[in-house]
Amino acid sequence: MPHSQQSGYIVCPHCDALYVQHTPEFGERAVCTRCRTVLIAPRKNAFIRILALSVTNLILVIAALFLPFLQISRAGFHNETSVMDAVLAFSDGPLFVLSLAVGALIVLVPMMRMILTLYVLGPMVAGRAPARGAAKAFRLFEALKPWSMAEIFVLGCGVALVKVSALAQVHLGSAFWMMGVLVLVVLLQDNMMCRWSVWNALEKRS
Amino acid sequence: MSDHPHIPSARSRGMLACTRCGAVWSIEAEGEKCGRCGHTLHSRDTKSVQKVWAWWFAGVMAYIPANLEPMLKTRTLVMESEATIVEGAFELIHHGDIPVALIILIASVGIPVAKFAAIAYLAFSVTRQAKMSSHRRQHLYELVEYIGRWSMIDVFVVAILSALVQLNAAAQISPGPAALTFALSVIFTMLSAQSFDSRMIWDTDTAPTDPSKKEAPLERH
Repeated sequence: MPHSQQSGYIVCPHCDALYVQHTPEFGERAVCTRCRTVLIAPRKNAFIRILALSVTNLILVIAALFLPFLQISRAGFHNETSVMDAVLAFSDGPLFVLSLAVGALIVLVPMMRMILTLYVLGPMVAGRAPARGAAKAFRLFEALKPWSMAEIFVLGCGVALVKVSALAQVHLGSAFWMMGVLVLVVLLQDNMMCRWSVWNALEKRS
Repeated sequence: MSDHPHIPSARSRGMLACTRCGAVWSIEAEGEKCGRCGHTLHSRDTKSVQKVWAWWFAGVMAYIPANLEPMLKTRTLVMESEATIVEGAFELIHHGDIPVALIILIASVGIPVAKFAAIAYLAFSVTRQAKMSSHRRQHLYELVEYIGRWSMIDVFVVAILSALVQLNAAAQISPGPAALTFALSVIFTMLSAQSFDSRMIWDTDTAPTDPSKKEAPLERH
């Protein structure tokens, strides 16, 4: 790299405002005064908490994948569906591409993001140098963020429930509640994650 | 007109920041890989507006069949019906489920159309003089980015319904071709919004020059 990093500055990623960097205390936030984007928001023990939430998240996703999600019955007929079935709903015919997309958006991408956090933060929490390619892994984690749609899926279930209730009787399965908890876990985790702190730690410890 | 004339942009001070990791480099690093995360560095993404329009047109094109073709095919003992997005919502209103019908209408008609309009306005506003202040345009952009993903809800509803309602003769629901085109439209629109370089919103505030040109320091005579 022929150019050296200009340390001591921070630039707002949204509006390109330049500031002299002051690292806030735990629980405080550094905010761009021009466009109100949060620049730095360090939390105490954030890495280990994020890790714990990632493990929780993975367990919930894997279990919710195969356990019954919603059950319906009408006129003696009965059916139950898991998240996996919802993914495979489009699997026959020309709509199978959609099955792949839905599977990626509600299962694969969220799971991959969790695995990436384990890979990036795991070694650092253990007090070692970051794993090889940790920077790339974290970059991917950030890029995947808008494509992780588990929480939208859960709200979609609510809408589907109302639509079906006119047609048949619906019961919520255990996986529904797991997905509900999952949404909370993801929200908590996003709230904990301060990308500036992670990049800073990656740089300092490598 | 700027509310914060004292805040310099990184570019005006000869610096640029990596959009992925935020590392700050000298402006000469333009076009090179970020030394910290490997992302390509750009002070401004000059092709941004082009990319926005390309994805925007793809999104609009996919949105048209998404509204004309059936989204859901329902078959019960007594009837068989196909419904487009709007027809489905009106059916719900007939059944008296007005709140749910509203959610569907807002999520699959209101939001996509508003999104197309908002992205087009933002893309125009960086090449022309805009009436809206930079602050409000930045908020608009953040709103579009945040809300964009939620349009996918309709596709998930179709997926859940078609997996769940498989009761042999009693009732059966299967997806229609609009499910695919609608999903594509949402994805294209998300990509369009992501291609937009929001830093350009603020350039008109501080520098009325073409964003592709590097900002020169004020000349003194």
